[in-house]
Amino acid sequence: MARAGRWLRSVAAVFDKDWRSELRTRYAISALLMFVVTTIAILMFSLGTEEAPPEVLSGMLWVVIFFAAMSGLSRTFVAEEERGTTMTLQLLTSPGAVYFGKLLFNLVLVTGLSAFTVVLYALFINGFVIKNVLLFVVTVAFGSVGFSAAATIIAAIIAKAATRGTLYPVLSFPVLLPLLLAVINATRLAAEGAVFADAAGEFQLLVSYIVVVVTASALVFEYVWKE
Amino acid sequence: MALRALLWLWLSVVIVLGLGLPMVATPAEWYELPVIPGLEDKARIIFFHVPTAWLAVVGFAMSLIYGVRYLRSKRIDDDIKSAASAGIGFMFCILATVTGAIWAKFSWGTWWNWDPRQTSIFVLLLIYGAYFALRSAVEGEERRATLAGVYAIIAGVTMPFFMFIMPRVLSSLHPEPILNTQGKLHMNTIMFIVFVASLAGFTGVYWWMWRVQVRTEQLHHRIGP
Repeated sequence: MARAGRWLRSVAAVFDKDWRSELRTRYAISALLMFVVTTIAILMFSLGTEEAPPEVLSGMLWVVIFFAAMSGLSRTFVAEEERGTTMTLQLLTSPGAVYFGKLLFNLVLVTGLSAFTVVLYALFINGFVIKNVLLFVVTVAFGSVGFSAAATIIAAIIAKAATRGTLYPVLSFPVLLPLLLAVINATRLAAEGAVFADAAGEFQLLVSYIVVVVTASALVFEYVWKE
Repeated sequence: MALRALLWLWLSVVIVLGLGLPMVATPAEWYELPVIPGLEDKARIIFFHVPTAWLAVVGFAMSLIYGVRYLRSKRIDDDIKSAASAGIGFMFCILATVTGAIWAKFSWGTWWNWDPRQTSIFVLLLIYGAYFALRSAVEGEERRATLAGVYAIIAGVTMPFFMFIMPRVLSSLHPEPILNTQGKLHMNTIMFIVFVASLAGFTGVYWWMWRVQVRTEQLHHRIGP
């Protein structure tokens, strides 16, 4: 019990450290939010006064979230490399604590990002009507967890590579595609006003995806981190 | 050398049989292939398209296995084998995509229509592309080997989800590969023999190419950059 408690405290400490340094610079937060604002502005310009069908709009919502996430989520690992603090963190705590601390940090970022995107989207995009709001909220929540799960391990990988910025979406897209297809489908169902039973398959996929990716990441993270 | 000659002969026979055997509605002689309704002569692509698609998957699976072995052993030899396997798998993946698109043009009337099979082969292409993009972006062979191995694992564990999500999003027009939906064999004996011989022959080619590639890379590594 004492060991589990200590481990949880390390996770919380890593999260706390990242959160404080983020609040000091606000690098990731401002990158993510500005990305969402500009993308939605471009969408509004290109749509004009047209009303796109809900299926198209529910897909585009996730395009915005995907690329916005790709602009900021790698920050947590890249910053360690750039500041040269990787070694210190390796000495101070276990790889597992680092991984789960950063996963938690990214989860908070993605959840905030999704919420912000959805609010802007609902306010400014014509024709984006969700008939089953609860189903939609649950979809966004699960989607955010899945996004951060896959994005965290890929961020750990690309932080060690030379061309970080361009590599991140390239490596993330094939890994995130099953998740994207599932959340887009579930969002479309929510827009059409379907009930939870209709989207049961999507949620099974989302849950198993999250479990598989987090487990695999936790197992292999040590190799990347110690590299 | 002997292996190469044998593979050459083997595949020549497969190609001649696959393209040359007559297709009749009711096969009576042992050498006659059955006509599959809706496919006719276009069904002959099964002898060449299916083996390339199979090897595209085998190439990735072997790359993944050797990636895991590298992470455990930290021997650069395993990474060489992993990268060589991915390289050849990528080639077969392109071949499967192109042969599939050509077949689709004549059967479905369009090169590309985002059929689930086409989407999954496209994702496999993307994974291969990302794998090589990652390899070329990392300096230092040990770091490159570790990161490539980890990426192969992460990409490998998410691949099975496509089998589940794809049919929910799109319906497929792709013919069932060997068995139809009732679990019944579409082929007669000779067609099945040629098909299995083709699979074996192409797998042999894969194995031979892989050996050559691994040997070359090992020599490169011994000489140094």
